[in-house]
Amino acid sequence: MIDDIQKRLLKEIADLDSLPVGAYNIRANGAAAGRHTTANIDIVTKTDRPGIDIIIAPGTKNESVHIPVVVSQTGLKDLVYNDFYIGENADVVIIAGCGIHCAGAEETSHDGIHTFHVGKNARLRYVEKHYGEGEGRGKRVMNPTTIVHLAEGAAMEMETTQISGIDDTIRKTSGTLAAHATLTVREKIMTTGDQHAVTDFTIDLDGENCSTDVVSRSVARDESKQEFYSHINGNNACAGHSECDAIIMDRACVIATPALVATHVDAALIHEAAIGKIAGEQLIKLMTLGLTAEEAEHEIVNGFLK
Amino acid sequence: MLELQHISYETEENREILHDINLTIADRFVAITGPNGGGKSTLAKIIAGIYTPTAGRLLLDGEDITGLSVTERARRGISYAFQQPVRFKGLRVGDLMNLAAGKNANIAEVCAYLSEVGLCARDYIDRELDASLSGGELKRIEIAMILARGTALSVFDEPEAGIDLWSFQNLIRVFEKMYEKTRGSILIISHQERILNIADTIVLLKDGRLTECGPRAEVLPRLLRNIDTAPPVCSMLSDTVKEVRPNDR
Repeated sequence: MIDDIQKRLLKEIADLDSLPVGAYNIRANGAAAGRHTTANIDIVTKTDRPGIDIIIAPGTKNESVHIPVVVSQTGLKDLVYNDFYIGENADVVIIAGCGIHCAGAEETSHDGIHTFHVGKNARLRYVEKHYGEGEGRGKRVMNPTTIVHLAEGAAMEMETTQISGIDDTIRKTSGTLAAHATLTVREKIMTTGDQHAVTDFTIDLDGENCSTDVVSRSVARDESKQEFYSHINGNNACAGHSECDAIIMDRACVIATPALVATHVDAALIHEAAIGKIAGEQLIKLMTLGLTAEEAEHEIVNGFLK
Repeated sequence: MLELQHISYETEENREILHDINLTIADRFVAITGPNGGGKSTLAKIIAGIYTPTAGRLLLDGEDITGLSVTERARRGISYAFQQPVRFKGLRVGDLMNLAAGKNANIAEVCAYLSEVGLCARDYIDRELDASLSGGELKRIEIAMILARGTALSVFDEPEAGIDLWSFQNLIRVFEKMYEKTRGSILIISHQERILNIADTIVLLKDGRLTECGPRAEVLPRLLRNIDTAPPVCSMLSDTVKEVRPNDR
């Protein structure tokens, strides 16, 4: 049964006002709260550990799977293993996301470990959003782990967003790419207060002509701290690009540590990292359009994380 | 109408950039010209409120705006087009145009402003205002934003810089149309004779001093004559010839 707090969390993380169209699995306070499968998409509860298997038949096109998780029980430490099997030549969208409402003094957490097996020439768009709220003093903690295995010719786009309310997070993403596979990651993070966020990407470009493009944009405000690590390993003729672009404000701290390792002469790897405050001329430009300094800052940050 | 009364500006290192400028801007087109480093851009920034003059005051329609911020001046009807437009990561052309046009603007209006400056709105509205745009494109978008604002006073700092041949005639047409809409004043900093040719008033700023100010018919012929008769301070060609020796080839 979904209560009002959980409904609000669902709206925040998955833009859901009602039950989604297509396949879905809703997890609330560590238990199943709703499931729907389709002819092409099966969802099976694991028997050996908490979590589900999502099995998408080869050739499935234009279908989506929603797998939101909401936690409103203060003190709950939720751990879930979700494995996704995307059949060859499928073209689907998976929308995940986790919302925590913490009303008490105890730490509340959700650790989601998602493993994707994307079949030959399949295309997957994976969207996840992490959000926290609640008046409680207890920390809201999320540690998402995403493991990606892309078969030959597979393509995955991952959009991951954490804009507010998560006090502590370690976000680990790793990927192995076969020949001609592509992995695109777009990460957006904002930390405020004394929040702490770590993101850690490890991508192994193993197949010939595979490629990855990892772009992380972040805003660190107040006394928050962010750490960005990326390791791209070029083990074949391949292309890898990672970019960490951070706006630092107030008394925040941002650490960007890129690493590129090439073990093949035709591996082309690039990393760009930039950390800086909002440029004064950007503020002035918007002020010449009639915005106050605060409004200008708001527009710039919102645009940066859009 | 904007009045500048005894405006001076010194840098923190006490270097005088502007000295006792008195100027009234009431005409349709006022062009400020003069050598590089003469204080033209500084004057434009003082009008926009980006720099505060070290002496003197500014009156906008009789109100003393010397102490007003950039935002307050913008809200009172001053627009300022940057010489070097600012780039933003994430903000799109459409976002900036909406901010410029105000809350009530609809998409068709925003597109019309972009079309005015020769940009196909469909191709640009969703593009980020970042390094992927060329200098000329940014310059046109900058002008479109001022068009969208439609304020009583619009200040352009070298609007022609980086604009290709699209262009010159269209740029002048844009200014004329802007005047038709606002019936205000357009202040243009420019070195271009073709821009000076449309000015009602031409102001010459040299070494931080206002040395000429008058109707185009009087000032422009004198300016052009001086350019033709003045001895060249430095000839790039002769310098180059001196430097090239047979052994260098």
